[in-house]
Amino acid sequence: MKTYQCVVCGWIYDEAKGCPEEGLAPGTRWEDIPDDWNCPSCGVGKGDFEMVAV
Amino acid sequence: MSAPIVILGTGLAAYTLAREWRKLDSSSPLLLVTRDGGGFYAKPTLSNALANNKTPAQLQIKSVEQMAAELKAEIRTHCAVTGIDAQRRQIILANDDRLAYDRLVIACGADPFRPPMEGDGAGEVQSINDLDDYSRFHAGLENAKSVAVIGAGLIGCEFANDLATRQINTSLIDPAPWPLSRLLPEAAGEQFTAGLQATGIKFCLGTSVKGVHKTAAGYRLELADGRQLSADRILSAIGLRPRTALAQAAGIARQRGIVANRLLETSIPGIYAMGDCAEIAGLILPYVLPIMHQARALARTLAGTPTTLGYPAMPVVVKTPACPTVVCPPAPGTEGTWQCLSVTGGLEARFLGQAGDLLGFALLGSTTVQSKALAAQIPALLA
Ligand SMILES: Cc1cc2nc3c(=O)[nH]c(=O)nc-3n(C[C@H](O)[C@H](O)[C@H](O)COP(=O)(O)OP(=O)(O)OC[C@H]3O[C@@H](n4cnc5c(N)ncnc54)[C@H](O)[C@@H]3O)c2cc1C
Ligand SMILES: [Zn+2]
Repeated sequence: MKTYQCVVCGWIYDEAKGCPEEGLAPGTRWEDIPDDWNCPSCGVGKGDFEMVAV
Repeated sequence: MSAPIVILGTGLAAYTLAREWRKLDSSSPLLLVTRDGGGFYAKPTLSNALANNKTPAQLQIKSVEQMAAELKAEIRTHCAVTGIDAQRRQIILANDDRLAYDRLVIACGADPFRPPMEGDGAGEVQSINDLDDYSRFHAGLENAKSVAVIGAGLIGCEFANDLATRQINTSLIDPAPWPLSRLLPEAAGEQFTAGLQATGIKFCLGTSVKGVHKTAAGYRLELADGRQLSADRILSAIGLRPRTALAQAAGIARQRGIVANRLLETSIPGIYAMGDCAEIAGLILPYVLPIMHQARALARTLAGTPTTLGYPAMPVVVKTPACPTVVCPPAPGTEGTWQCLSVTGGLEARFLGQAGDLLGFALLGSTTVQSKALAAQIPALLA
């Protein structure tokens, strides 16, 4: 499982935890999130996230 | 060569604009001028860094060199802008150098507001509004056992919660009767307070700090209601004042912030303002999401397609794990009433207009999952 960070606001998406607030169940892979999904904290698109090591 | 677009600042507003604009124009010259080091960090990560086990150095996401390369921009660091010569379309630097701009974007942020306080320790009260401030504060935490946080707004509560995760005795002081008083109705404020108290945070509500006095070990805070409090460090988080002096000296209209219209243009054509320094269409919204909308609109305008700024309803996540909270305050001046509903592990507060229509909300604990669905029902802040 990987972790992605929003380059604008620092919000972190952890595949293992998912994001129930956004309707993303734990274990949802980054590739499986729709392309029109936006960062819940700042609204940037998926393309403005980068993979980060935690 | 033609003069570059110049952005004053390298904060979230400046860098987000630069990134959005580069998506539309990959070759025109771009210059950013900043008085800080120019490294890119996400400011919201300052107030949950302890819980995330990040040192100040780790909070920098990209160096200034990386940013310059990615944005194909020149970035002048440690370089304070001291004036704007709108007639000649130049900015003036501290050493009197002048740099020409084609169009200028002011994204110079805001200053922490400091309340007047008495005592020989008042000058040592810290505030945190950038990574450098945070680095200083963090260094001083090493041997601190207690911290007093002045101001129980969004930022004060977040820092208090973060400090409490490190077993630091934390007190929160605010003149309002409950924390986040401008964002939460009373019942929500009580539940929020209980959540934070459970982590050991002590609240001193309904009072303010009158004086700060040095002691052998740290400081003694003298509260307006006569109470005394001791703390090793003191953090003030009672609000921000947009930096308007530079714009004002250049003859640009200002009110509470630098006044800009929905094209983000100030009273002087060719000069724009955005981020924490700007008052756009009468609104000062010092949050990330509005900055994103501003950056997208202004990027298009600068690239040749004049684009009017619009804002949907924009919920703000309060980063207090002790009581997860999302707020979406009603537009300023909106008439209505709060209705609170307690549920297991949370509370839902809806702000309803006369016709029962949803105009704002505050969600605590288990109800935060509804944030997106509720925000979609709220009328746009700027349609
Ligand atoms: C602790 C904390 C937590 C936050 N958490 C959240 C959150 O969770 N969600 C959210 O939405 N918002 C949050 N915010 C608010 C958000 O971070 C700010 O709205 C945003 O970062 C402001 O960006 P800015 O670019 O306008 O200002 P800044 O980032 O302050 O940038 C100002 C820039 O201007 C430069 N500058 C100023 N004056 C001059 C000069 N004279 N010459 C040259 N350069 C100059 C500075 O060097 C700096 O680069 C938080 C804020 C704080 C302080
Ligand atoms: Zn984000």
